[in-house]
Amino acid sequence: MSFSDNANSISWLIGGPQGSGVDSAANIFAKTCAKEGFHIFGKREFYSNIKGEHSYFTIRISEKPVNSHLEDVNMLVSFDAETVFRHADKVSPNGVIIYDSSLAETVLEEVPTIDFEANKRIGKLLQDSGLSQKLNGMLDLARSRGCTVYGLPYYEMIEAVGRNLDDPKLSKLSRVVNVMAISASLSLLGIKKDMLISAIKDVFGSKPKLLSSNIEAAEYAYSYINTKFDAKNIKCKITPKAVLKDYVLISGSQAAAIGKILGGCRLQTYYPITPASDESEFLESNQIINQVDGKRGSIIVVQTEDEIAAITMAIGAALTGVRTATATSGPGFSLMAEALGWAGMNEVPLVVTMYQRAGPSTGLPTRHEQGDLLFTINAGHGDFPKIVLASGDIEEAFYDSIKAFNFAELYQLPVIHLLDKAISSSIQTSKRFSNELKIERGRFKRDIDKDPSPGTAGHFRRFKLEDSPISTRVPLGTENAIFWNTGDEHTEEGHISEDPENRNKMMDKRMKKLELALEKIAEDDKAACYNFDSNTKNVVISWGSTKGAILEALEKLTEEGSKLGFIQVRLLHPFPTGTIKKFLTNARLIIDVEMNYSSQLGSLVQQYTGREIDFKIVKYNGRPMSTTEIYIALKAILSGNNERRIVLDGGT
Amino acid sequence: MAELKLADYKTTVHNDWCPGCGDFGILNAIQMALSEMQIPRHKAVIFSGIGCSGKTPHFINVYGIHTLHGRVLPFAQGAKIANPDLEIIAVGGDGDGLGIGAGHFVGAGRKNVDIPYLIFNNEVYGLTKGQASPTLRLGEKTKSLVTPNTSNSVNPIALALVSGFTFIARSYSYDVKHLKDTIKRAITHKGLAFVDVLQPCPTYDDIHTREWFQGKNKPGSEKLIPRIYKIEESGYDGIIHDESEVNKKMSKILEFSSEWGDRIPIGIFYQNELVPSYHERIAENINDYFERPPSHQEISDAEKKPTARIDKILDKLQIND
Repeated sequence: MSFSDNANSISWLIGGPQGSGVDSAANIFAKTCAKEGFHIFGKREFYSNIKGEHSYFTIRISEKPVNSHLEDVNMLVSFDAETVFRHADKVSPNGVIIYDSSLAETVLEEVPTIDFEANKRIGKLLQDSGLSQKLNGMLDLARSRGCTVYGLPYYEMIEAVGRNLDDPKLSKLSRVVNVMAISASLSLLGIKKDMLISAIKDVFGSKPKLLSSNIEAAEYAYSYINTKFDAKNIKCKITPKAVLKDYVLISGSQAAAIGKILGGCRLQTYYPITPASDESEFLESNQIINQVDGKRGSIIVVQTEDEIAAITMAIGAALTGVRTATATSGPGFSLMAEALGWAGMNEVPLVVTMYQRAGPSTGLPTRHEQGDLLFTINAGHGDFPKIVLASGDIEEAFYDSIKAFNFAELYQLPVIHLLDKAISSSIQTSKRFSNELKIERGRFKRDIDKDPSPGTAGHFRRFKLEDSPISTRVPLGTENAIFWNTGDEHTEEGHISEDPENRNKMMDKRMKKLELALEKIAEDDKAACYNFDSNTKNVVISWGSTKGAILEALEKLTEEGSKLGFIQVRLLHPFPTGTIKKFLTNARLIIDVEMNYSSQLGSLVQQYTGREIDFKIVKYNGRPMSTTEIYIALKAILSGNNERRIVLDGGT
Repeated sequence: MAELKLADYKTTVHNDWCPGCGDFGILNAIQMALSEMQIPRHKAVIFSGIGCSGKTPHFINVYGIHTLHGRVLPFAQGAKIANPDLEIIAVGGDGDGLGIGAGHFVGAGRKNVDIPYLIFNNEVYGLTKGQASPTLRLGEKTKSLVTPNTSNSVNPIALALVSGFTFIARSYSYDVKHLKDTIKRAITHKGLAFVDVLQPCPTYDDIHTREWFQGKNKPGSEKLIPRIYKIEESGYDGIIHDESEVNKKMSKILEFSSEWGDRIPIGIFYQNELVPSYHERIAENINDYFERPPSHQEISDAEKKPTARIDKILDKLQIND
């Protein structure tokens, strides 16, 4: 069974060795299609490697907004043999494959970067189909399913481009092969060349030499297709319906970074780690900030010696009243656990943007997983308050970046903003973000009168025990408000105290902030529900980046007459028990969907609401869940499948 | 503004250090330095690590941030980068700074943030009952050790030098005047300043005691020859006036740093303000950093609306112009 995409949409994939321009080609392709009026969702997959290993970029172009990928590929674009070997079997019947015609005789075993396991799998597929172990065998397999293959003699095409440019340095020129490949695919799809040239200008505009060679290569490949092939009959053609006005093409890490800038983050620390570093690098390249009042702001990005320094430096900066963040992934976050507790103990507002990747340990460092939920909400020794918020897509990543700072300052505690590799490195067409957001700084003050009733040692009471668990907070350097911080249990002034009564009062004060947060945080920020009314009996529950794929699968199922509701839990800690219980009141069947081994959200739902999870759909092979596989799994459950736990395994 | 007296820099918080602890001398010296420099109390922040030395800020009546074991430097650097107007002093123990925090010691050297850092160097982990610290030499056995020390010691002066500290000094906790003057010089230094403070632990270190530092007997005489000597008194000048002096001075500093036993040098070994501070490096990219550091920026207006504009960033990602 597969997912038949009846939207006016196409799933397109380009692959190639890491370092050969797969990413930039995919970005040009995406931008071209967006300019033509299509919505885009792009997903990037790559090895933990600098050069040579197989990387690929899947792009879905659609007349409707899209936020997920499918298993099937309608058009496979390649300029090396490995891409064909690895992906040709995913090309749908009636699909298209573009390949380098000079590689047709390449033998599977001779491609050095195809690892042993993949080699065995592909070899068996060819053998079972009675085909040769050559690239041609792979193509024959696709042909037998009805695919059309287009062989391009890239070398001769590059030679021709070289002649046109009067540039004999072909080895250098060979770098344009990526642009030739996408240009050929755009030509086949019937997307206007002007859009391609405009997208190339957007990318290479500042580099005249690269610009001219890429444009020449694009022009050449575009007309090569038109003159050599008859593309009229290809099945995967689509037509745009509108112009995307006020839209951006943006990645998750860019969205989160821009949210931080708008949200007032003025210092970020980080230690390099995939997939979190992209955000810090983007912030650094936008370190000068324009302001509405005409003044100039700035954000300082500090690369530290390790993640312990990253979080402790961020806390030090936060004490001066600055909105401060650090960004990391699982291994780095593990190192931050102790300092997180210090921030909780001293009621310091701090944001940790946590980009999950597949663990444990080094795990699959460039691959996706949502395996750090339980670790994140439990990080640090002892009981202390923290807020954990998870975004479901790129747009949410932007708005939640701002909310994370508001929560941190309103409740004076560390906030962990959970994102993941799938959100971070995916790209999407998105409506330009709104700046109609409020900055909530809570009980933060820059000026303060002398406390008429100071604490026992005669000092300002930073941790004053009063009705509200939130005390007045001032930055270091404020007159009349000298205070102390310590990781030890402390008095209202921040001096060490081991007194049992004081201990209870201070623990109560800190932990009560969680109750306050649950009371004040908007329902939409606790959990969002879709396709849902009070009669909804069958409910899918999930969190984070599975959102897009679940929503599209549910849409399809609704069309087919099976309605399922969807609850996306956004606030993971403190757990919004009341909200979730309310949503589950009439639910008869609860299906938990998560990108981890142990259904971590499922265990929280059971723990807090007492409701058993009926079915679990999980995945942990490092490749994000596709709409296709969620659709198939849900369909199986609805049609009486007895398996209580379904493990998805899609992806290359 | 009224003159601040030494007493103004003291708190009434109960001090639980052991009687005779060298830490008292360091505490007094810091308070004296702050008072003599008339640093406004609310402008100063003492950051500390964990251990006996970690309690220091609670006894000084300025802002005090008692951080985590080994992490005092990154905490302090974060605050100073965010607000360079603050007068930040970092203090910690030898286990704190050269054991668990050694990575940050090296990392801080590379950055050269404008803060003084004092290590209370007593060769033991006092608060956990006297285990060997990173400055206890191989084979030495203090009374609290079961067997002689099986790890070798780190040379703090040499480590500071190769890590890039731009001010390196040593002082002695029982010579409060020398220590106070050294701290003042460290505070005024532009860049990261390290002061290695020899601080006998009267409870656990029975080898390098106050008496030991006071000297050894001259053969056939009652007179003690002090082990500690001041390098300035022999005419040594640690200030780098020209980059060409660096190499020569470095070998001299390494020579000083390995002197121990009968002759132990104290004083300012090295001061190099020709190396740009981290703040100056930031200002290379953000020209108005000193006028508008992160802590001075208004991020929202009276209606709580963000002051930042993101339109230019979004324009670059826009699909159609």
